[in-house]
Amino acid sequence: MIEQKIDPSKYDPRELGLKVGLEIHQQLDTRHKLFCGCPTELIHEEQGHEIDEFIRQLRPTRSELGEVDIAALFEWRKGRLYHYHAPRESTCLVEADEEPPHELNREALIIGLAVALALKASPVDEVYVMRKIVIDGSNTTGFQRTAIIALGGEIELPSGKVVGIQTIAIEEDAARKIREQGKYTHYMLDRLGVPLIEISTAPDIETPEEAYETALTIGQLLRLTKRVKRGIGTIRQDLNVSIRGGVKTEIKGVQRLDLLPKIVLYEAIRQKRLLEIRDELVRRGVREEDVLGQEIVDVTTVFEKTRSKIIRKALRSGGKVLAVKLPGFAKLLGAEVQPGRRFGTELADYARFWGGVGGLFHTDELPNYGISEEEVNKLYSVLGARKEVDAIVIVADRETNARKALRAVLERAAYALKGVPKETRAAKEDGTTRFMRPQPGSARMYPETDIPPIEVTEELLSEARKLVPPKPQEKIKVLVEKYGLSTELAKQIIRDVRLDLFEELAEKYGSEVSPSYIASIFTNILRSLSREGVNVENIHDYHIEELVDAIAKGRLPKDAVPDVLSYIAKNPEKHVADAIKELGITVVDREAIEKMIEEIIASMIDEVKEKGLRAMNKVMGRAMAQLRGRVDGRVVADIVRRKIEEVIGEKQ
Amino acid sequence: MGLSLEGYTGIARSLLEKAGAKVGDYIRIRRSDGREFKGVLMPRYSISSRPIIVVKLDNGYNVGVRVDESTVVEVIKTKEALLEEARQGAPAVIPLLEEAPSGERKPRVVILGTGGTIASRIEYETGAVKPAFSARDILDAVPEVGFIADIEADVIMNILSENMRPDLWEKIVDAVAKRISEGADGVVIAHGTDTMAYTAAALSFALRGLPVPVALVGAQRSSDRPSSDAAFNLISAVLVAAKAPFAEVTVVMHGTISDTYALAHRGTKVRKMHTSRRDAFQSINSRPLAKIYPFEKRIELLRQALRRRGEQELEVSNGFEKKVALIKYYPGMDPEIIDFLVDRGYRGIVIEGTGLGHVGEQLIDSLQRAYENEVVVVMTSQTLFGRINMNVYITGRKLLSVGVVPGEDMLPETAFVKLSWILAHTDSFEEARRLVRENLAGEIEYRHTIDLYPRWPH
Repeated sequence: MIEQKIDPSKYDPRELGLKVGLEIHQQLDTRHKLFCGCPTELIHEEQGHEIDEFIRQLRPTRSELGEVDIAALFEWRKGRLYHYHAPRESTCLVEADEEPPHELNREALIIGLAVALALKASPVDEVYVMRKIVIDGSNTTGFQRTAIIALGGEIELPSGKVVGIQTIAIEEDAARKIREQGKYTHYMLDRLGVPLIEISTAPDIETPEEAYETALTIGQLLRLTKRVKRGIGTIRQDLNVSIRGGVKTEIKGVQRLDLLPKIVLYEAIRQKRLLEIRDELVRRGVREEDVLGQEIVDVTTVFEKTRSKIIRKALRSGGKVLAVKLPGFAKLLGAEVQPGRRFGTELADYARFWGGVGGLFHTDELPNYGISEEEVNKLYSVLGARKEVDAIVIVADRETNARKALRAVLERAAYALKGVPKETRAAKEDGTTRFMRPQPGSARMYPETDIPPIEVTEELLSEARKLVPPKPQEKIKVLVEKYGLSTELAKQIIRDVRLDLFEELAEKYGSEVSPSYIASIFTNILRSLSREGVNVENIHDYHIEELVDAIAKGRLPKDAVPDVLSYIAKNPEKHVADAIKELGITVVDREAIEKMIEEIIASMIDEVKEKGLRAMNKVMGRAMAQLRGRVDGRVVADIVRRKIEEVIGEKQ
Repeated sequence: MGLSLEGYTGIARSLLEKAGAKVGDYIRIRRSDGREFKGVLMPRYSISSRPIIVVKLDNGYNVGVRVDESTVVEVIKTKEALLEEARQGAPAVIPLLEEAPSGERKPRVVILGTGGTIASRIEYETGAVKPAFSARDILDAVPEVGFIADIEADVIMNILSENMRPDLWEKIVDAVAKRISEGADGVVIAHGTDTMAYTAAALSFALRGLPVPVALVGAQRSSDRPSSDAAFNLISAVLVAAKAPFAEVTVVMHGTISDTYALAHRGTKVRKMHTSRRDAFQSINSRPLAKIYPFEKRIELLRQALRRRGEQELEVSNGFEKKVALIKYYPGMDPEIIDFLVDRGYRGIVIEGTGLGHVGEQLIDSLQRAYENEVVVVMTSQTLFGRINMNVYITGRKLLSVGVVPGEDMLPETAFVKLSWILAHTDSFEEARRLVRENLAGEIEYRHTIDLYPRWPH
């Protein structure tokens, strides 16, 4: 018998034969978009921009062999329309698909080649832009333009493990989905066409942690070029995960890096559980043809007086309740494949995708949801099913939809006897994944005939060589030597997304504020605030610059820095000067401090005269008791030392 | 070898020939630097003669591989073997729509192809777009039209729109007339967009009596793309052909850049006003006949038609004079250009003049000579919007005195087609001059309301 619940900690990914490949997409920080002259900055909706709007449909296209993209076809049949919002400041006729693309942005190509060289990949000799068919509306054209610029290569992780690189491509980013409204999906076009680099690794990754390390190391290498964007949504990961006996499953849309190990582990577990379910079915003697041969039965009469709201609603709008028996599947539909996700949930995903229904009920979870025990018993008898042996799935919807949904359920259930189906899945916030669509075939790539091929010349390569990022070790050495950071701190700061900002500030303020302190704002203060639940994403670069500037000018004592940052995180529209004012951080003027210290020294003049500079701590203690939070301790210390020296000097 | 090594020259070509490779074969390229590439050999479209072989890798991407004398190319699998494998592995073809149109009799609509690809499919090994133009192909690609009409289709020529000529207009007129006389309830002509407005004008003049609608249609985005406007426009055009209450020659194209409605423009007042936008076609100095909502299968009339469906018998007056020129005046234009046309036996000249209808006075003598040689000269304006009026300024009055005929508010292109048609149907110089000023096919609008001029952004 198969266990219903799973405990993720009991699975050892290595033992499962886990193999992971990563696809990392990172926005490049170029002056223009990839195929037009628009800037690459996104708009802020709340700021009131001039936005043109238009509505389009996308038709599925057929390959020569007659194949159509099934997901696209379903959307189109449902009358799906795309409502585009085109801000004038960041889009033109190219994004609106009203003008052919311009030539590929050379700057993006050079940055891409620089990354390729850093990854020891071999650039191709001529770059061909392709159209990858994507019909979810996120590209107004119905395809994403993408081009391989280099093949092969590798990246070494801090652990010493080497992960192979398969391809490096330059492609256009998609539009931003802003909302769905009935049959309309709304997209903002500002992001469409922003250049991305896509780095695809070989399936060399063997543990969830390695997947995380690989993403981190590649991300760091990209940032060290100083030519990539940062911030939410500027780097995205797709995953290809398989285990021994499983299949390569594509997982799309991993936005948060810290979720990556969990998603990998959960997918490994899902595949393992599907294999266990297969073995259990085989043990029970269930055969594929038994499943596929099941008849879909109209059981509407069973639910004539049902208390289930969902079913009543479906029946009221002219729907029916259809049911199908899954022979030998008892207790398998209720079995988890991922924490909180049962095999029945997987079947429901198929029912939704192929039948367009809202969901399904299965006997492993019944009676429940207003469906009574009596109704369940009737179901068993109408379908000639055996309790504790068979499972029954029901769908309440328009008859044609319900029939398609149950057909898909039967086919998916039959596939359980084979093992893991080839799927593209979407990552969810809790680390689990849901079925998105069957994996598209390779026939969805066509040449972009509007863009001539680009020869990778020696001239382009020499431009690229200038941008090749330093190796992390070299960079650490530079940081230690130039800014006097400890090796430990240098190691931390180069993994920080705001490394470039650190360098900028260290360069500008390093003589007044120690670079180590500036680095610690990123590696220490912001991180602890984030751990405490402060939304540090709201803190802009200019806020941090204002902060350092205030410290340098003696307007902000260091021990007030966390308070100021917390305030900014809550009020991102405010400035550091506002925070200082609001928080009542008073600026004590220098003369007043000097006078106060003179008074303290006078009050203990004998001791000072006797001990000299050894009395400094005591003087400091008294001074800081009055000044803490209002003035930087280092400033006070300087004054105390000077004043004591003056007193001792008087004596001599 | 010929086409099978399309685009390859020099070393690349000789390596491929030595290997017996052709486009579509799965090949391996081994270079002397040790790198190896495997993929399907693609045609080379680039004009440059660099020694590069283009392959489609297994992941679907094309890359260019530089080769030299020491490179080794081998064929791993032939194109035929690959296609056979693909065919065996391919799933059953899924129709775009699940429902089929009912068997009841619907209006008969004939779709005539003149070139371009209103419906097409892509050969996925090479990316080449192949036209699909049997009725069957159209119904596969745009099944919606089968719910509107019983479709027949015929390819009458296959040319790029820029290669259209007056003798081909005649061929189209004949094909349309034949289909109407055989009982078609409407005709759709698929046409490249560049010269579609000229052909629309030609049909407008030649089909003197017209019992059913004729709709020209094209696409600004090729039909192999998911975002193509081809299907939207085609459905709209078929709707006009099958259902419109008017019997006029129209151009049916996107009304805005949205997939919301198309516009049916009168064939003599329509002009392509943008190089690339979907809504490039606009009625100038005029208003479109109707808005067409293809998703709702609805036609919304915007104005009175010249004639209603079924009001007239078919009457064809085919023929276009080739010795007619359309020239644009520019500052300092040399009068010899006019002299040349007159000396070469041209019977008509349409001038795109400046403003209200002027040219520099250096042309007056040559135009006088044209008049004396019975060459009909028609004046239109480069401004496109507005009417010719040669009474306001002295130059205009001089031009009138040397016999230049003011072209009212006609588009220069329409005036050119009109003059070509008139001169093919009369030998009388005076009769021709009179006909130019007569409104023959809705090409002249006598009232311009204030709103007929578009507002530009500022």
